[in-house]
Amino acid sequence: MDRLYTTHKPTNLVQKSILAVGSGIASILDPSRDDMISIFGETTGVLALKYLQERMIIDPEGDEILKKRPAINSKTVDLNYLKTLPAGTLGKEYSDFLVKYNLTPDARRPVSFIDDVELAYIMRRYREIHDLTHVTLGMPINMLGEVTVKWFEGIQYGLPMCVLGAFFGPLRLGPRHTAKYLYLTLPWVVRIARQSRPLINVYFEKHWHKPLAEFRRELNILEPPPKI
Amino acid sequence: ESIDQTRIYPTSKCVVADINPNMLAVGKQRAIDNKFHDRIQWIEANAEELPFHDEQFDMYTIAFGIRNCTHIDRVVSEAYRILKKGGRFLCLEFSQVNNTLLRYFYDQYSKTFIPPMGQIIANDWKSYQYLIESIRVFPKQNEFVELISSCKFRYVNYENLSFGIAAIHSGYKL
Repeated sequence: MDRLYTTHKPTNLVQKSILAVGSGIASILDPSRDDMISIFGETTGVLALKYLQERMIIDPEGDEILKKRPAINSKTVDLNYLKTLPAGTLGKEYSDFLVKYNLTPDARRPVSFIDDVELAYIMRRYREIHDLTHVTLGMPINMLGEVTVKWFEGIQYGLPMCVLGAFFGPLRLGPRHTAKYLYLTLPWVVRIARQSRPLINVYFEKHWHKPLAEFRRELNILEPPPKI
Repeated sequence: ESIDQTRIYPTSKCVVADINPNMLAVGKQRAIDNKFHDRIQWIEANAEELPFHDEQFDMYTIAFGIRNCTHIDRVVSEAYRILKKGGRFLCLEFSQVNNTLLRYFYDQYSKTFIPPMGQIIANDWKSYQYLIESIRVFPKQNEFVELISSCKFRYVNYENLSFGIAAIHSGYKL
């Protein structure tokens, strides 16, 4: 098999299995190894990505994303412009989020082990909008926030990596977070994941100026539960 | 007069050369840890263009290094140039597995397992992909014998290790 895109590393079934099992084990043993989590996602996610591809084709905004293949990184997104937007808009909230947690949109790992150019792009898009998903849902970067986003992504996208993260993540929550999780956050996120538009279809780059509350209403996302 | 009084400290010296200063630094540290650093001279050099005068050495050894050089013939020629008459060239390197069936399994194992394991353990697919490719591209035992002979070495021979997974090639400047 030839390289289909710049960061592509062609692999056969045996190699993918080794990578899937090895990265799965490595992710559990050391969750800070985001390279292992990425690889686990790529080697187990092809069916889910195909499902996402179908969902994107039938949605006009999603289809536009597939055709144009926009990327979200510091070169394509003018972070300085986002800073100047009024408070409460999607762009401003995203900019504040990045600054608050000292993040950059360039931190996402490139896709290597998916042997189809469009599916590889969808995986890349999924990674690049992860922080925007946090902002749209109003979820912080702590363990509870991450688990909540994983639940949302798992229900909407069906990626095994999200589903497993959603199930096993809560085991690491402390008692206060667990209580909040069970009674407040989980029921809310399951409900909105099912009733809202798949975020993979959202051309975020066109909505920077929109107030976050209005943006959520359009997507049919209820406001997040209050912070304890 | 006890035996101990007749014993001497050897004065023979060795030059270690590598094109990569980081490798040299690691070597230096190991030499210090093992207490023979005073008999070693460390030189940063390109094996294809050594900075030594002709005929300075009795022995030239290279282990798992020649595979990474761009022009193997130039490396061997340089070795010939800096060896004294009677000097010996020794090279340890990956070679070709001599048994056909074993060779098939070894190839499959290399291609299928080594890069993914490199990715999982060291987060470095590319270096391990390079490793198996450089092994495949390197001349077989007899081809390498011809190359060494063409650089004027005599009595060129080799010894297989582990069914030819690696081999030690030897030649003399006479």
